[in-house]
Amino acid sequence: MIGYYDPNKHASKDLGTPARLSEKHIALTIDGQEITVPEGTSVLRAAALADINIPKLCASDNLEAFGSCRMCAVQVEGKRGYPAACTTPVEAGMQVTTQNTKLARLRRNIMELYISDHPLDCLTCPANGDCELQDVAGAVGLREVRYGFEGENHLSAEKDNTNPYFSFDPSKCIVCSRCVRACEEVQGTFALTIDGRGFDSKVSPGQMEDFMDSECVSCGACVQACPTATLMEKSVIDQGVPEHSVITTCAYCGVGCSFKAEMKGDQLVRMVPYKGGDANHGHSCVKGRFAFGYATHGDRLTTPMIRDSIDQPWREVGWEEAINFAAERLKATQAKYGRESIGGITSSRCTNEETYLVQKLIRAAFGNNNTDTCARVCHSPTGYGLKTTLGESAGTQTFDSVMKSDAIIVIGANPTDAHPVFASQMRRRMREGASLIVADPRHIDLLDTPHRGDAQHLPLRPGTNVALVNALAHVVVSEGLEDHDFIAKRCDTEAYQAWRDFISEERHAPEAVESITGVSAEAVRRAARTYAKAPNGAIYYGLGVTEHSQGSTMVMGIANLAMATGNIGREGVGVNPLRGQNNVQGSCDMGSFPHELPGYQHVADATARSRFEELWGVPIDDEPGLRIPNMFDAAIEGSFKALYVQGEDIAQSDPNTQHVEAALTSLDCLIVQDIFLNETAKYAHVLLPGSSFLEKNGTFTNAERRINRVRKVMPPRAGKEDWEVTVELSRALGYPMDYRHPSEIMDEIAQLTPTFTGVSYDKLERLGSLQWPCNAEHPEGTPTMHEIDFPIGPGRFAITEYVATEERANRRFPLLLTTGRILSQYNVGAQTRRTDNQVWHDEDILEIHPSDAEVRGINDGDWLGITSRSGQTVLRARLSERMQPGVVYTTFHHPGSGANVITTNSSDWATNCPEYKVTAVQVEKVSRPSAWQQRFDDFDREQRHFLKAAKDPAAQGVPQ
Amino acid sequence: MMVRVFVPRDTTALAMGADEVADRLVAEADARGIEIALTRNGSRGLAWLEPLVEIETDAGRMAYGPVSVDDVAGLLDAGLLEGSTEHPLAHGPTEAIPYLARQQRLTFSRIGVTDPLSIADYLALDGFRGLETALTLEPQAIVDEVKTSGLRGRGGAAFPTGIKWQTVHDAPSDQKYIVCNADEGDSGTFADRLAMECDPYMLIEGMAIAGLAVGATQGYIYLRSEYPLAHRILDEAIARAEQAGYLGADIRGSGRRFDLEVRLGAGAYICGEETSLLESLEGKRGMVRYKPPLPAIEGLFGRPTVVNNVLSLAAVPYILDRGGEAYANYGMGRSRGTLALQLAGNVKRGGLVELAFGTTLRELMEDFGGGTFTERPLRAVQVGGPLCAYLPESQWDLPLDYETFASVGAGVGHGGVVMFDDSVDMAEQARFSMEFCAVESCGKCTPCRIGSTRGVEVIDRILANQDRDANLELLDELCETMEDGSLCAMGGMTPFPVKSVMTHFPDDLQR
Repeated sequence: MIGYYDPNKHASKDLGTPARLSEKHIALTIDGQEITVPEGTSVLRAAALADINIPKLCASDNLEAFGSCRMCAVQVEGKRGYPAACTTPVEAGMQVTTQNTKLARLRRNIMELYISDHPLDCLTCPANGDCELQDVAGAVGLREVRYGFEGENHLSAEKDNTNPYFSFDPSKCIVCSRCVRACEEVQGTFALTIDGRGFDSKVSPGQMEDFMDSECVSCGACVQACPTATLMEKSVIDQGVPEHSVITTCAYCGVGCSFKAEMKGDQLVRMVPYKGGDANHGHSCVKGRFAFGYATHGDRLTTPMIRDSIDQPWREVGWEEAINFAAERLKATQAKYGRESIGGITSSRCTNEETYLVQKLIRAAFGNNNTDTCARVCHSPTGYGLKTTLGESAGTQTFDSVMKSDAIIVIGANPTDAHPVFASQMRRRMREGASLIVADPRHIDLLDTPHRGDAQHLPLRPGTNVALVNALAHVVVSEGLEDHDFIAKRCDTEAYQAWRDFISEERHAPEAVESITGVSAEAVRRAARTYAKAPNGAIYYGLGVTEHSQGSTMVMGIANLAMATGNIGREGVGVNPLRGQNNVQGSCDMGSFPHELPGYQHVADATARSRFEELWGVPIDDEPGLRIPNMFDAAIEGSFKALYVQGEDIAQSDPNTQHVEAALTSLDCLIVQDIFLNETAKYAHVLLPGSSFLEKNGTFTNAERRINRVRKVMPPRAGKEDWEVTVELSRALGYPMDYRHPSEIMDEIAQLTPTFTGVSYDKLERLGSLQWPCNAEHPEGTPTMHEIDFPIGPGRFAITEYVATEERANRRFPLLLTTGRILSQYNVGAQTRRTDNQVWHDEDILEIHPSDAEVRGINDGDWLGITSRSGQTVLRARLSERMQPGVVYTTFHHPGSGANVITTNSSDWATNCPEYKVTAVQVEKVSRPSAWQQRFDDFDREQRHFLKAAKDPAAQGVPQ
Repeated sequence: MMVRVFVPRDTTALAMGADEVADRLVAEADARGIEIALTRNGSRGLAWLEPLVEIETDAGRMAYGPVSVDDVAGLLDAGLLEGSTEHPLAHGPTEAIPYLARQQRLTFSRIGVTDPLSIADYLALDGFRGLETALTLEPQAIVDEVKTSGLRGRGGAAFPTGIKWQTVHDAPSDQKYIVCNADEGDSGTFADRLAMECDPYMLIEGMAIAGLAVGATQGYIYLRSEYPLAHRILDEAIARAEQAGYLGADIRGSGRRFDLEVRLGAGAYICGEETSLLESLEGKRGMVRYKPPLPAIEGLFGRPTVVNNVLSLAAVPYILDRGGEAYANYGMGRSRGTLALQLAGNVKRGGLVELAFGTTLRELMEDFGGGTFTERPLRAVQVGGPLCAYLPESQWDLPLDYETFASVGAGVGHGGVVMFDDSVDMAEQARFSMEFCAVESCGKCTPCRIGSTRGVEVIDRILANQDRDANLELLDELCETMEDGSLCAMGGMTPFPVKSVMTHFPDDLQR
């Protein structure tokens, strides 16, 4: 039996001040006990490590010492007074006393002062039983408050309930500044401060604003830091203090934060970022921390449903009937249209084990390679580009690596919105002085990091990434900034020479490409020098790199740049794709692509294939199957007739919505497994209710290749974990699978995947997480890749010729639309739209530069028709200086926005990753929704009715 | 030959109508067809005589004061311009006025004598000689000279200046700073202001020497915003010193750099505390930092920084010019050199009195101060600012020196001497001490933030005779908590005046 990761054994204790990493160790004596700790460690932490627990209120080991509460006063032999243990660094031979009559009186008297300005409502306080003030008052033995309670106080201070997730009750505040410091040090937003001074000191969001009106991004760091009930989750206020907790992994974004799911029975009360999580170190964002209410939302699908056609209402059926219905349809389709006529799509939101099983189902039970995954539309160029150049389809670094970077390039990524917890770590490093270079058409918030050092923005035109990266590389080569040593030792000479000749050509000079990219040559030169000359230069990139017609070329261009400057193979450097969804890395690793078996082993590789064939007991097709866009085309053309989609909403997320809709309506059988009736499910014939991440066991792999455990904290709503459903479907198709627990699936993965041979649930329990490759060579995983060599031996420079996209602006479509994400919403929004995150972003908006707006007579809030070569939709306008003239921007979090009605079929030459980031459009003021939007509304209403009708067969007809 | 007339232009003199007096002098002289050469000098520090008009004569400068606008005509009639001593406001030769003659002015030797902004005047009275000497010395030798002088921090903490400089000197860094604490906020103090308004080059010179000694190339004067005149004078003096090569990239052709800038505070007493000052100087909220690290190791913007009071830095030119030994020859015990005492409060003759350590309060208050302004008996005196003890008569004969005062729970502080006559209510003074702390606390540490407010309340209960004994005991314990538990001297020393009232004036708490 696999036990839960025990928080009591791992990082649950607050040691008071952050760890120090000095190699030099200092021995001292605390209460007669000899203790040895790294130099720079505080007396408070040294004592805590020896289980000598000095009372404290303002200290917390995720914040630098502050020394304000004075509760941790100690006596040090030979030193005057009563220094605070938190701010006193250890010294050799120091003799510290932490408890005596004098110290006891001092602490009790200080506590008496605190309590003289604190409400005495412990029994009705939401923090009752979970309050550090209460604990310390108990520890110091406070028995009376001689000052009385009539004196000046803050007891009638007004509550701020504006934030949907937490309340701020200043009457309970002890002004320890932990929230302010957490906002600064942990989150890096600096939204909080202390207003006033002396007794009037009070915590203030912004300049005495409400939390909602301030710059607060609701990451929850302040709530986490608060030692009292001042900042408190509303869920705890409503439900009371949780009674047990389970460590698990967030299902939003590729950062893969570890959380403590704090429970009462099977009710989730709150998600608290877990300090022992190596991806997040106890930090969180508004999504992971608070937006979990969707898991118990009334829209959850809880019963399997079937129907013969999409113009029919749903019928609720049992699991067996639904599975058999699906299996029969699949079998019939194959019988009629051939083996290749069906396929499946794995999910980057599901676990590794589930993804593995879906592709296994397709390869073994469907008997073809028609498997693909949503990474097709996001990071497939990463897989291709990095594999080609560096030999492995993954980011090279661990997140913590950024703390050793001196120059950080961010290309086509918006970490503060899309990877907020990692953005906080970047910001911390920027505050320590690292230079930032952002290549993005928009002025992203990372550029506005408070207290950062040097920051450079290269505001390139959408679609010109490759020209820019070539120019950067040209500067490196032409100005003698190459790391010749690294290149000679680590890279293929012939490929390098060819690349060098190519990149040295004057047509790649910043001056030559200025007119293409729109970025001044001087800025490009400066950025290249900053990166190349930094002791450690790191590149982070996102979908702004991959989702282009030259996405793969750009990824290779980035790898070239890193190799040329020797920025590979150690901490602080590297090439780092920021993965969008929680398990994009994992779904790619698990063999979701039509041409690759798990571990990126090509289906044409007979040796690899035979190992799978042997274990699976079936022959595997040696030809790659269909990619998602091919499936759509084949469906429309009539040769592809049935599709199994697990946890993926292609109807909303894939480009050219009308094309996708045409494909889906062409299918004879669409099986959708999801937790909600998503847009794709509206075209389905079989609906298999999915289980949320809270309802199953498994693993996710984050952007740093970290395999994290997902642990079941509540039973699946519909009775089955997703992997169990796949097992059932496979059985019904005549290919039985025998697993009792996802750990057994992982054991099989480990057996077949060379980079996973050392992975097991036992080891994950022991070490918390593992970064692949994890095998005999790296038994505890590999935080930094390519330290000694590349999996392909020498690194291979690739020729990266810039080819302008065919999607270009002209007189008819003079603007370029680029799409992205916003902090509060996640991807297609199916989860976050069903939470209070809606208060921040309840509709998608078109951002447009004021000058483009002016010439079109557009004002803030106007309805705009946005027309591309693919279609038209209507969104509201927001004038924004973040945009550059000629570029407009929107998000696709709301299905009715139809952002993907406008995006086109243009895609990456190598991987077919859609060019979401460049669509030529025209924008004009309109007065009503687009034709597509009107059709969407009608269809949506009809399908919702069909769902309702399944529950209530009495309901008939279609509402008008 | 034109007669040279001096009318001071420091804040005190201006407050007493010096500008009007100067205008009237010029007008009256003009009306009488006499041409006079008017110099706006600094103050001699004899506040009780301001505006103190001086006339240059062959027998030296003759003093008249306090002169009001209405006195001008009469003074001219009485032969002012000839240096006549006939008029009742005439005091004869300025330097023979006993209040001045009996002082030992090392630091304040030039104030009132010169035009504060005249580099020629400054040079004529040994100005920049210390800097010229320092330019010939190795940094370590400069530090050694300051160590020899025995100079201790004049801001109140009395930390040996040479040792502080040594620490900064020894700290490796590509950038170090000299920060002058000119946030003079103690009650009854004005010596920093006089130094800056009346002899700004002395401070500039002292800071430049400090920069050479420790390897700092940038200095900041953190000036309280309530000193607008000092601000204008310092800015102008810095500009002129740069022009003349005493500041800037190449000091006197030595190839060594020192730049200086004035930064204004924002009206918080706590920013006189050195770590709060540094926070404020960095543009942050004036909150106390914990120590260690000492500012000498991690100070302004995290770099090694000398933070010295105006008077500490102002003593340096003399020390470098005459040698540390010369300075150390003054004083007693471990308190070497001179102390700038500032007589204020209920005093007949308020002003600046620079004396070697070792004098007594009684001499100071009686011989210099001339007793109380109200002519009632003296009852108490607070020396060293609002965080120092009130001294009863039994302590007025103690020699003024750091160690002696500390031994009775009192402090010398920044040398402010605030006198009270027998009408004072010492319970109110104790309450005021707590209230001052409540108003000025930065709010960081709990004993100071909450303790000071509770202190006021407890004293109020004592005064209202509510559970007096229990509350007196509580007050005593609160004082102990604040003293032992506070993060900085603000909360840590507020109990000193309170406890001195409890000890020496207990009857006032028993009304």
